[in-house]
Amino acid sequence: MSSPCRVRAERLLALLLAAAVLAGCEREKRHIGPSGPEAAPVIQTTPFVPGGAQPLPKDPRAEFYENNAFEVAQGARLFRWYNCSGCHSNGGGGMGPALIDDQWIYGSEIEQIYGTIQQGRPNGMPSFRDKATEEQIWQLAAYVRSLAGKNSQVASSRSDAMAGIPPRNQASPADAGKETPPKRLR
Amino acid sequence: MSQSALHPAADQATRLLGLWDLMLWVCAGMYVLVIAFLAWAIWRRRRAAYLIEPEVMVSDPGLERALGGWAVLIVVGLIVLTTASFLTDRALATPGERPLKIKVTGQQWWWRVEYQDGPVERWVETANEIRLPLGRPAEIELASDDVIHSFWIPNLAGKTDLIPGRTNRMAITPRRAGRFRGQCAEFCGFQHAHMALDVTVEPEAAFEAWRARQLAPAAAPADPQRAYGQQVFQAKACAMCHAIAGTQAGSRNGPDLTHVASRRTLAAGALPYSKGALAGWIANPQALKPGTNMPAVRLSADEQAALVAYLDGLK
Repeated sequence: MSSPCRVRAERLLALLLAAAVLAGCEREKRHIGPSGPEAAPVIQTTPFVPGGAQPLPKDPRAEFYENNAFEVAQGARLFRWYNCSGCHSNGGGGMGPALIDDQWIYGSEIEQIYGTIQQGRPNGMPSFRDKATEEQIWQLAAYVRSLAGKNSQVASSRSDAMAGIPPRNQASPADAGKETPPKRLR
Repeated sequence: MSQSALHPAADQATRLLGLWDLMLWVCAGMYVLVIAFLAWAIWRRRRAAYLIEPEVMVSDPGLERALGGWAVLIVVGLIVLTTASFLTDRALATPGERPLKIKVTGQQWWWRVEYQDGPVERWVETANEIRLPLGRPAEIELASDDVIHSFWIPNLAGKTDLIPGRTNRMAITPRRAGRFRGQCAEFCGFQHAHMALDVTVEPEAAFEAWRARQLAPAAAPADPQRAYGQQVFQAKACAMCHAIAGTQAGSRNGPDLTHVASRRTLAAGALPYSKGALAGWIANPQALKPGTNMPAVRLSADEQAALVAYLDGLK
């Protein structure tokens, strides 16, 4: 009944599906156990330094937290637990600045957000240095960036609150990969 | 400590066991009948094979009677089971007199237990332990903070799910004093297995004495090491999630620790309580209960010793 061409197409489709499923394995890989060796955090709020513009130094831990859906989801839980919404609302801002846009007073890199949470900032942002573990601050920073669509490939498929990007399973293919989505959920 | 639905210690579990027994005997009786008729048919056919080909009976009055009787037996059996099940369900749903109101909230992976009985200043909060006065019905309100859990103390009652956004209710009327184990009965993540409840049924006087002790705020530390431990608790991440009545720590993300040292288990039954277990749990929770939401907080040796001494004094 089926032509050889159709069989080939079906095989190709199965292979592609398997590849897509396998590629998803790493997305939510869970790191369970005590935190790994901690490197000294590299925090710089601005590239404006004497001696001309320099690239911001990258923290070796940033990538792990940023590209992992589980860590981002843990950050979402901590955002609720630590009452970040008391000032930032669910990302839309209130007493504190909004987090769902991509304009950041103290820098938009994850290392800079880590620094903002850990050290506190003038006019109200408290320091969480001893109040949250380093791992938790990284998770929060990764989640806060996902609010602005900065690491949307690991954003949760089901948003419990207002977010800057549509949930992944509702986003149109045209939105994929865009850092700033055209449409905002209210 | 007992965890068995076959040794009931409350009215509800006794009713369920009665229903279970009835179902067992009705089904066992039918099973024996089916097997007996099957064996008889096989034996009869073998005996008949030696004789001449038997005449095919289009109408066999004996067979007709037997089939009719069989149908009646099935209908009666099903009616008995359905009626018994209906009556049991109705009895389980009937609340008793003067119920003790308890709210149980399931969280990954522990139980928040709030005694919401009487005026609000008499309310008591604890975690992973339930004490029930003997003979007094308890009305248990079940809620969940994250995913679906299921509340199950086999000796006392059947399972009831805890569903986010919904409140379920169940009644327990304990009739036998003792210690029982409860367990989450709906897979809820990494540490579903370590989500146990320590249940004690005791005479009402003992229960009221326990409640009076739980009502008291934590005593202020007397010796300098414990006072330092309290400072550590406030200054570090502990106070971000735990509450201790009588201090500034008031967060409700994790279990209330006001009387943590009076409990028999730590981390929802993962460890029996001891000072050493407490120290180990604080030092590395991820090793003892991988995936738990309790983080390992970096503390110096002095800070850790003081913190453990402080918490161990919260009787």
